[in-house]
Amino acid sequence: MGSYLIRRLLIGIPVLIGVTLINFLIINLAPGSPADLYLTPTSTSADVVRVEAELGLDQPIFVQYFHWLVRLFHGDLGVSFQNRAPVTELLAERLGPTLLLMGTSLVVAYLIAVPIGILAARKKNSPTDYTVVGAAFLGISVPHFFLGLVLIYVFALELGWLPTGNMITLGRGGGFADRVNHLILPVAVLATATAANMTRYVRSSMIDAFGQDYIRTAKAKGLGLSTITNKHALRNALIPVVTVIGIDLSALIGGAIVTEQIFQWPGIGLLTIQSIGARDYSVLMGINLIAAVAVFGANLLTDIAYAVVDPRVAYA
Amino acid sequence: MTTTEPLLQVRNLKKYYPIRKGVIARTVGQVRAVDDVSFDVHPGETLGIVGESGCGKSTTGRAILRLETPTAGSVIFEGTDIATLSAGTMRRRRTDLQMVFQDPYSSLNPQIRIGDLLAEPLIAHHRLKRAAAQARAAEIIQVVGLPRLYLNRYPHELSGGQRQRVGIARALMLEPKLIVCDEPVSALDVSIQAQVLNLLKDLQGEFGLTYVFISHGLGAIKYISDRIVVMYLGKVMEVATTQEIFTAPRHPYTEILLDAYPEANPHLRDRPRIIVEGDVPSPAKPPAGCVFHTRCPSAQAICTTEIPRLSTDAHPVACHFPLLASKNGKVES
Amino acid sequence: MTLTEKPGTAGTADAVVPDSAAAALGRERSSAGFVVRRFLRHRMAVAGLVIVALMVLTAALAPLLAPHDPNQIFGSFEAAPSADHLLGTDAVGRDVLSRLIYGARVSMSVGVGAVAVYVLIGVLFGLLAGYYGRWVDSVIMRITDVFMSFPYFMVILILVSILGPSLLTIIVVIGFLAWPMIARLVRGSVLSIKQTDYVQAGVALGYSTPRILFRHILPNALSPIIVNATFGVAQAIILESGLSFLGMGVRPPAASWGNMLSEAQSITVLSSQPWIWIPPGLMILLAVLSINFVGDGLRDSLESRSYT
Ligand SMILES: Nc1ncnc2c1ncn2[C@@H]1O[C@H](COP(=O)(O)OP(=O)(O)OP(=O)(O)O)[C@@H](O)[C@H]1O
Ligand SMILES: [Mg+2]
Repeated sequence: MGSYLIRRLLIGIPVLIGVTLINFLIINLAPGSPADLYLTPTSTSADVVRVEAELGLDQPIFVQYFHWLVRLFHGDLGVSFQNRAPVTELLAERLGPTLLLMGTSLVVAYLIAVPIGILAARKKNSPTDYTVVGAAFLGISVPHFFLGLVLIYVFALELGWLPTGNMITLGRGGGFADRVNHLILPVAVLATATAANMTRYVRSSMIDAFGQDYIRTAKAKGLGLSTITNKHALRNALIPVVTVIGIDLSALIGGAIVTEQIFQWPGIGLLTIQSIGARDYSVLMGINLIAAVAVFGANLLTDIAYAVVDPRVAYA
Repeated sequence: MTTTEPLLQVRNLKKYYPIRKGVIARTVGQVRAVDDVSFDVHPGETLGIVGESGCGKSTTGRAILRLETPTAGSVIFEGTDIATLSAGTMRRRRTDLQMVFQDPYSSLNPQIRIGDLLAEPLIAHHRLKRAAAQARAAEIIQVVGLPRLYLNRYPHELSGGQRQRVGIARALMLEPKLIVCDEPVSALDVSIQAQVLNLLKDLQGEFGLTYVFISHGLGAIKYISDRIVVMYLGKVMEVATTQEIFTAPRHPYTEILLDAYPEANPHLRDRPRIIVEGDVPSPAKPPAGCVFHTRCPSAQAICTTEIPRLSTDAHPVACHFPLLASKNGKVES
Repeated sequence: MTLTEKPGTAGTADAVVPDSAAAALGRERSSAGFVVRRFLRHRMAVAGLVIVALMVLTAALAPLLAPHDPNQIFGSFEAAPSADHLLGTDAVGRDVLSRLIYGARVSMSVGVGAVAVYVLIGVLFGLLAGYYGRWVDSVIMRITDVFMSFPYFMVILILVSILGPSLLTIIVVIGFLAWPMIARLVRGSVLSIKQTDYVQAGVALGYSTPRILFRHILPNALSPIIVNATFGVAQAIILESGLSFLGMGVRPPAASWGNMLSEAQSITVLSSQPWIWIPPGLMILLAVLSINFVGDGLRDSLESRSYT
């Protein structure tokens, strides 16, 4: 186990380097150069050369990559082209709303998926099960933006119960109830796909678990179905759920981008869209790098969690 | 016994598998699957290799065909050491050496019809057109006793015995000189085993084949082999003609093996049974000295320290105290 | 004990030898009839297949089926459905139904195109990694780790914006980003298949590596690839519509279901012109749902064990 952990972490090092390298290469692929920030339409070509030399842009690409890495380690992600603020500052400002949105969605998805998945597994091949499976399919198939539009149409425009977007009501908002009101629709959109996916995992792994010997033994010992569900099967069934969270972080981030755009939720996703509109690649690469490191970390944790729960993994 | 030049000479063949552990998968030990094995195979004969499960029979067979790269030693086929040939040269050389596998269920690609399975070697090696190769397949499939109609079937539509016949037919397609049969009948129903053994015997006469026949059971070995190699824990214990092995074994291990198969050796039936003590040691930690000493009824002090070498006489045996056979039992030399 | 038994009798004598697990695996794969029968038992999968077939047909025959030219601008914009314009017209005055029909072309070609690209790449890398093992495997697996560390929608969004949004860009970008899943899947299958005796037999028979890889290993590794690719088509359709919705995909005037929906980002369209955005939204949902059902039916009938 210990050596598996160390090996898994060591494997992560080249991967992390690869992530930064690709990120850096994409920046270089992007049109525009960091030098543009310091130049005006009246700058001469001599100015361009001077600024590029100052910024180290005349050096070989690997040297540039190395300097970029060093700056990265000092927490310097560059400067936004659009509003000249350090990228780290922009990110820090937007991170809170996104974490609130994604975190709430995950919790909601989890609270829906686990009981429903278990219910469907216990009533396998019953109308209840078919309904759950059908709904889960619908959930993974509906695009975030369409679901978002429908929800806004129904609950905000037609019924007028909830706001169409934003995090607080401008001007007079900001109270707890107001914030919750604004959170409901975006969370509903973001949680749907995750919950649907998770339900499918919980259901199928519970069905597997029910079929396993020790559960049959427990049944033979006269333990009631709910005791069995709670004690034995649940623990095992949660392994794939951990995996879903790991795998789905990537999908969740994708979903958050679209959801934040639809609801004008002032988080990282909206910043992404705005930066794309403004072709602000230094911000985009900062976001991308942070997100990639997060996904990388989630994958790592998933692997380790797997190995902890199922020691056979460590020896595979 | 034979005066002809051997078709195949296995010399000091070793195959060690590394045991890896830890963060950087460093090698912490070795499984000595095959450890210093030598023997000859003469043209036209059937050489049996017998021994308990895990003693390295399959590994030896696979190393001969270079399905495993030997750790050391040479496999000299018709004068060339094929263990050191380049991959490309070896690939062309494979027309001379073929294999029949143990499990007729997994040795045929389930997606390919029998006709194409048989035709493929000719297409791959001799660039035959599919029709010509199929025509040849139709001949061979009848030689192994299956109707031509089976050419259009998939492997799963055949029984185990029929599949093994296909496996044999496929090995014949390239007209090899040597066929390694790795327990070709042990996965089959007892009633089918004899049929397949007979087929192998008949084919040997018809095509002048040489066999290396691997088995852990003495019954099949006795029936088909001209000479027998007895292996234990990766090493050769004894090499002799089938008759000598069954009437006058020189190694205590051979005797124990024979004892476990009284039906294969009726005249030994009345003797007191030899009790084999202990389990087979792991090939990862073979005992010092003679690998068999932990279970040998006649082991002495020297057996625990010195590795007995295979004797170079007419009936090679690797034992410090080989048995001298007589009708009444055994006498120590 | 002589070779006198007739072939026919041999067949009856040992016809009922029990299956080994490996044989069972091979058995259901090789008989297409069995797979088809199993698939047909899934009513939703069959329904999905019919719908997908109809959509493909619609895409292919769009010029015949569409009542109008999808880019023709009529005088009445944002007109409610009428006899002439069954689904009304959009903000510019184009016929919504015709655009819907032409939009099927985009979705179908992105689905098929992107998946074809990444399945090809993934299969190749997966075969290499699984068959050669050692450092080849390590390097390829680390590359897949790197790719899978990137949140794919974001990277696709950024790359498409750099390269310039278009149908081709989307296909290429998805194609070059999504292969690692397939590569891992194929590698896993190859690792187990290369141990089988029939691959060993191929080596013993002196077959070339390409022959072993493509004729003996790949066909036996196909089921999980097919299942995964099917779900991948649905995924690609969602991605394209999402990108187009954000204005980073198929650009107007070309019609795509995603960019038709993006008009609904205006509150007036959203609240009072549902004919503009509900039909394309439903089409995306229907297409994706149908393909997912097909994938599920395939997974069950091909008996792959992944839970994608
Ligand atoms: N690829 C491998 N890696 C590590 N050890 C191996 C490998 N292949 C075989 N061995 C070990 O080498 C030893 C000899 O194996 P081999 O298959 O040659 O035995 P065998 O005599 O054919 O046995 P059986 O009668 O069961 O087929 C065994 O202990 C086996 O565990
Ligand atoms: Mg063996």
